[in-house]
Amino acid sequence: MKTFHKGGVHPNDNKLNADAPAQVLTYNGPFCIMVSQHLGAPSRPIVQKGDQVKRGQPLTENTAFPGSVVHAPVSGTVQNVTEAPDTGNFARPAIFIQPEGDEKEDFISDDPTLEREISLSPQEIIERIKDMGIVGLGGACFPTHVKLSVPKDGKAEYLLINGVECEPYLIDDYRLMLDKPDEILVGIRILMKALSVDKAIVGIEANKPKAIALLRQKAADCDGITVEALRMKYPQGAEKQLVKALTGREVPSGKLPIHTGCVIQNVGTCFAVYEAVQKHKPLTERLVTVTGPCVESPRNFWVKIGTPVSALVEACGGRPENTGKVIAGGPMMGKALPHLDLPVTKGLSALLLLPEEQAHRRTAEHCIRCGKCVEACPMGLEPYLLHAAVRNKRMDLCERHHITDCIECGCCQYTCPSFRPLLDTLRLGKSKVNQIIRNRNTPTR
Amino acid sequence: MTTLLYAVLLLAGTGLIAAVVLYAIATKFKVEEDPRIDLVAERLPGANCGACGKAGCRDLAKALVEGGDLVCPVCSNEEWAAVAEMLGLHADTCEIKIPVVRCQGGRLNSIRQTTYEGFESCAYAHSLHAGENGCRYGCLGLGDCTRACSFNCLSMNPETGLPEVNEAVCTACGACAQACPRGIIELRYKHAHEGRIYVGCHTEDKGALAMKHCLSACIGCGKCAKVCPVGAIKVENNLAYIDFTRCTHCRTCVDVCPKHAIVSTRPSDPEPAN
Amino acid sequence: MSAEKSAFQKLTVSGSPHIHGPESVSKIMWGVVIALLPALTVSIYYFGRPAVRTIIVSTAACVACEWLIQRFMLKKPVTVQDGSAVITGLLLAFNLPATLPWWMTVLGAMAAIGLAKMAYGGLGNNPFNPALVGRVFLLISFPVAMTTWPRPQPMADLERQAVEISAAAGSTATDALTGPTPLGLIKEGLQQGMTIDESIKHLGLTPWEMLTGQHAGSLGEVSVLAILLGGLFLLWRRIITWHIPAAFLGSAFVFAAILHAADPQAFLPPGFSLLSGGIMLGAFFMATDMVTSPMTPWGKIIFGLGCGVLTILIRNFGAYPEGVSFAILIMNAFVPLINRGFKPKRYGC
Repeated sequence: MKTFHKGGVHPNDNKLNADAPAQVLTYNGPFCIMVSQHLGAPSRPIVQKGDQVKRGQPLTENTAFPGSVVHAPVSGTVQNVTEAPDTGNFARPAIFIQPEGDEKEDFISDDPTLEREISLSPQEIIERIKDMGIVGLGGACFPTHVKLSVPKDGKAEYLLINGVECEPYLIDDYRLMLDKPDEILVGIRILMKALSVDKAIVGIEANKPKAIALLRQKAADCDGITVEALRMKYPQGAEKQLVKALTGREVPSGKLPIHTGCVIQNVGTCFAVYEAVQKHKPLTERLVTVTGPCVESPRNFWVKIGTPVSALVEACGGRPENTGKVIAGGPMMGKALPHLDLPVTKGLSALLLLPEEQAHRRTAEHCIRCGKCVEACPMGLEPYLLHAAVRNKRMDLCERHHITDCIECGCCQYTCPSFRPLLDTLRLGKSKVNQIIRNRNTPTR
Repeated sequence: MTTLLYAVLLLAGTGLIAAVVLYAIATKFKVEEDPRIDLVAERLPGANCGACGKAGCRDLAKALVEGGDLVCPVCSNEEWAAVAEMLGLHADTCEIKIPVVRCQGGRLNSIRQTTYEGFESCAYAHSLHAGENGCRYGCLGLGDCTRACSFNCLSMNPETGLPEVNEAVCTACGACAQACPRGIIELRYKHAHEGRIYVGCHTEDKGALAMKHCLSACIGCGKCAKVCPVGAIKVENNLAYIDFTRCTHCRTCVDVCPKHAIVSTRPSDPEPAN
Repeated sequence: MSAEKSAFQKLTVSGSPHIHGPESVSKIMWGVVIALLPALTVSIYYFGRPAVRTIIVSTAACVACEWLIQRFMLKKPVTVQDGSAVITGLLLAFNLPATLPWWMTVLGAMAAIGLAKMAYGGLGNNPFNPALVGRVFLLISFPVAMTTWPRPQPMADLERQAVEISAAAGSTATDALTGPTPLGLIKEGLQQGMTIDESIKHLGLTPWEMLTGQHAGSLGEVSVLAILLGGLFLLWRRIITWHIPAAFLGSAFVFAAILHAADPQAFLPPGFSLLSGGIMLGAFFMATDMVTSPMTPWGKIIFGLGCGVLTILIRNFGAYPEGVSFAILIMNAFVPLINRGFKPKRYGC
């Protein structure tokens, strides 16, 4: 079975209640839609207080490249265009909508039948994906249409589909692969057409045998699509590690996967692409896992973007008494939330509620130079060295030891027997070094 | 006997060769340096804090001798005059400044909604979240400024969770102000006799939100600006700011502030007035 | 919402990752202690109560020394419970003759913890293996006592013997009770003009006796089998990797084989080299000490190679019959350089 070779860790996968069917979350309160829900240049709202909006109506516009837009998840009135807290509790522009009636944009098709025929041209597909606000649903939220526009110095050969879901606890991609395999495959074919590649590989980790079997069976009659079972190892879902695992190629330092001929999309994105291209539906809904050791019934929900996170937790049996930490995303790379008054965004793949006893870090001890962080680093860096360099403010040393290659997967900190905050310092150092490099590259006068 | 002779000759010979080599190298790589550099460097504080913009005190001395127009903000006026005299320059005396911490949130005046765990660094915590009390402008209390200070004059007060400046040892090098990821620390005129008056808050949030985070937040009501007899106070982005070059220390604003957000320090009572 | 919020505990905010693996320093350290148990049992079986005494004195002295220094000199939180001082104590005891006077053991422990470990800043900062520094300190300070080894006598009452040994230390009258190590005997034989074959014949040890340690030697180094058992446990628990032991033993074997092939009567045969002396203990327990060994696989291999070659060099050409301690200490000094030179292979290069 294939996998990437360098580093990686094996956390317990904790896929709680993975076979529970997904549930559609009904919520009628006010929706809060963050204006910028993607990685890139911020968007600008184009609706005003008091406006009537239909479901699927765009609410924002791009200001610069790379940009993406958001759409109204429901029909209703714009209550306010103001600010709302993001995952870090920083106030960001947001649009509040009070749902009313059920009007939708005319172009949207709610017909659930599978539509296999792809009628659009590659250029039209990319344009449609852009207009429907599709972003990478794996968590990074990079605008999908940008990824599909291959730069001049690259050539796409492979489309790699990320169904790895290597983060513990997460089950949303798994559920999607079981529930919507045909749609995902059509989505893959649409992306293949847009990129004009003839080979697509779906990578799924071996702990999801049902998804592997189902997609293999369905993909048998799709030309060029293969399904690859991958040996379980974190961080297999990271772009560079997935490229290595599926194609054996390595993305050179400072380059993008496209420079090795690979474009990577998440299975969730494939489904969103299907909906956007075949049904003309904007991305206003996604599958979110709500899970945790103390959650009453961990499961997946189809949630409209803009629903408050607290409504999701309520639907899952409420917030357990002893919750000490709420994480947006998986336990290895997710963000700890300050409170639950936050809206669901496109990038929210899971809500993980950790009980108090698992919410805290252990006190850091001395580095015993065991080298386990070096062993675990999938990028071949030396976290112990970078950690010391950052603490001693030696940014030159950090740069020389390639801190900018760090993918922030957290393997080093996960494995450190002394509980040292390795990734904390590496992240800090990385941002400082990036700043230094930017300053150096911009002429001073 | 011959053994003895050999040993002596061998050692003497080795020594002679080494001496020649050393001499040759010393003459070849000799660096001519202005002797004044060492003299000036001796006069400078020697803390290598970098406040002047140079890498260290010797670097500044070199720049000064070469005719650079630089000032050591750490030197006292007398010391600086001595340096200037040595170089035949006229020393401009300047008003001494001191850092003030424009946040009174801390543990006493604001409610912690979350607990931060991890690397003790304000810069990192700032990249993660708005702060334990939810205020995105306030002090994070992790002490980046105290670690940046080379004179040990800033320390975290465990009771309030805020940094405190020890006036006696502060040299106003400004390293703390640069280290703060939120720009909370500002250098203001020291006014050793009259004390300093400043807005002890840095939030640009609207009044209602600011009040939610902190008991002593500036809500931008503008009362202070109205009563200021010299017009030194401006309210911008929901935040009042006292221009320290124009403030006359009348302390009218201190009493009208409904949130007690204006801090007045007097030499007699070094603690913040409220 | 705020009323509801107060009903719950405060949420914790921290950077990812939010979970941690099963490893911890104390788990690693106590794992090493467990791995030392087979050799410990064997040494008690062979050397009886003096062995128990030396082990207890050494371990207790190391722990106490660390505690005292942390508590009263550094005034820092005490971390003896992490088990690293226990390991140093056990390893130091393993490197001493069972009948060493107790005060010498205490001195060795003080050198190991005070000089080699705490002086550098405690666990994780010491460049040299503390137990080996302690042993070498004793070897140089008390050469006679440190080379007066009791003969192993299974389950015999060695108490009386110990008294006699210490009474007669230095004289040759103790030969019945004490004996040189195999390596020491051969070195002596070579100096007296005997060939290697004659010396080995004179030694009269079968390979099985060599494996189980039925010959004189330091407390914990005699039984190769027990050490191998502990080494396998370390490998299984992933406390050590295979690189250092393999490179150490492999290079020692190859280098010894080359020398032996060049002159069979002047140099030890390779198999004998691996079974005698402290090379097994060194390869599995001393050289693999995390703090004082390199980080990367290739660095570890180079480190092991250096240890192996130096050991054979010292054994065959040096003044001492045994060279494992010196070899490892010398290579310890090269670790920072090795860490600089042998970087992990980066992704995408």
